[in-house]
Amino acid sequence: MSRKPGIRFTLFLLLAPAVLWLGLLIVLPHVEILVLSFSERVAPRVYAFGFGNYLEFFTEPLYWRTFARTAIMSILVTALTLVLAFPIALYIARVAQGRVKAMLLLLCLLPFWVSELVRTLGWMMLLRETGVVSYLLQATGLTEQRIEFLYNDGAVILGLVYGGLLFMIVPLANALESLEPAVVEAGFDLGGSRWTVLRRIVVPHAMPGIVAGSIIVFMLTVGNFATPVLLGGKNGLWFTEQIYAQFITRFNWPQGAAFGMLLLLLSSAIVWAGLRLTGQSLGTTLKQA
Amino acid sequence: MNRPSLPWKLYIAAFYLFLFAPLLVVAIFAFNASPFPSPPWKGFTLDWFIGSGGTFGKPGVLIDPIWLDTIANSFKVAVPVALLAVVVGTVNAWVLERAEFPGKTFLSMMMLWPLVIPGVVLGISILAFFSRLANGMEEWLQTDLDFLRPGLPLVVLGQLSFILTISTLIIAARLRKFDRSLEEAAFDLGASRARVLRTVTLPFLSPALIGAGLVALLMSFENFNTTLMLVGSEPPLPITMYGQMREGATPAINAVSLLLMLGVGGVASIFALTAKAER
Repeated sequence: MSRKPGIRFTLFLLLAPAVLWLGLLIVLPHVEILVLSFSERVAPRVYAFGFGNYLEFFTEPLYWRTFARTAIMSILVTALTLVLAFPIALYIARVAQGRVKAMLLLLCLLPFWVSELVRTLGWMMLLRETGVVSYLLQATGLTEQRIEFLYNDGAVILGLVYGGLLFMIVPLANALESLEPAVVEAGFDLGGSRWTVLRRIVVPHAMPGIVAGSIIVFMLTVGNFATPVLLGGKNGLWFTEQIYAQFITRFNWPQGAAFGMLLLLLSSAIVWAGLRLTGQSLGTTLKQA
Repeated sequence: MNRPSLPWKLYIAAFYLFLFAPLLVVAIFAFNASPFPSPPWKGFTLDWFIGSGGTFGKPGVLIDPIWLDTIANSFKVAVPVALLAVVVGTVNAWVLERAEFPGKTFLSMMMLWPLVIPGVVLGISILAFFSRLANGMEEWLQTDLDFLRPGLPLVVLGQLSFILTISTLIIAARLRKFDRSLEEAAFDLGASRARVLRTVTLPFLSPALIGAGLVALLMSFENFNTTLMLVGSEPPLPITMYGQMREGATPAINAVSLLLMLGVGGVASIFALTAKAER
């Protein structure tokens, strides 16, 4: 019994960094932007409680349209990433063996160790009017003039899908790894076609990986800044850009804070809905990734 | 399912080409003797790395003070972030794996939370909170507290807010595998707590400590979203690159990118080796 105060003191010391971290860098800052988002400027340097910043969001079409656009395009990007990544993950998990398998996975990882900005620079160099793709098309005589592939929605989607692929492939491959070959065999033996086996056995088995990958890709896409701004140019119109504009360019922090809360809400809502629809929990989902 | 069809194989090949095309283009055009980072190929040069600026009007990356300063800024952020991530991450891992107290499940959930917050939101919330803190403290103490204003110290804090989750998870996973009878044996042989920690527990954890440190270093070097909101007058590398890319850059940015790729490749291979040692 005499050691008890000592143990409690040690525990207190060990807990201190975690409490400081979560308190000072996460909880209090979020309380701050929540409070800030409900403050309105009533006179120079005088602020009062009010819903004005949120009203502004709903009445100014540019704001809510950008928000809706960001949400819809992020869902589209997530779906596209899933479709593109699935055959790769299936190949890595079920077909490739030994060294080839390790190599394929490593090759997938490599580009993603490199900064997002370097990857985006690569796409800019490929896609712009004076870029590589346009140059090659003209040089081979397929087109007569240079073509601008950059600064449109297609370029933004391409860049975002590219950025999300790894975060889809790894959880998918992990989930598919545990699929028993015997179960797949049984499916074929019972007369199932390739398509039926894929739809009734493989995809349901991969569900935890699909959910984990989709949630991560969606969160990364919605919160992305550099890719839509650089590849979309003036047509990028991503919601994070609005937050940046309010905070840094216009110095309207309450408005920016309201936008930040809305982005947080969107991201959390979609994650929550995804988990509910598929009956997964956040803990196991993050472990998958 | 085990005999892949030809279209499937072709798809795999096309996929890997797609994966590496942007990186290859960036690397190749770092050596192009042209003032613009675009085709046609004008011949091989190292001027974008070590040129004095005589040919293209701008010096190479390894000479240009703009790039050297920005790389130095990145290190000024990444090194403290990595060290703090390892130290605090180890303490957190200990709390998660060894301590028992009410509210532990809640705390472990809270630690995962930063991963689901968009980086931009982390950035603005920390910016707003520390500005309020600075205003309050300055009124109270009547001094300027510059480290709470946008700048490198605030960037360190902003990056730590989510990198700590990663380092905690990496170290906790290793600590979970630890066989506690090893520690008990050392205690039975008369070792003190500090000695057991130093000679038994920490050596076992060391691959995870190195791994967590390297991952933190990489994530700090490459972070853009949170950093953008907290940066002051000394931009780290991604911020400078972003600025140059918006203006229309010279191949100097390709040279920086290639150096970054090589650096990242080096760190990643050390990481892969420590991961192998862990097994």
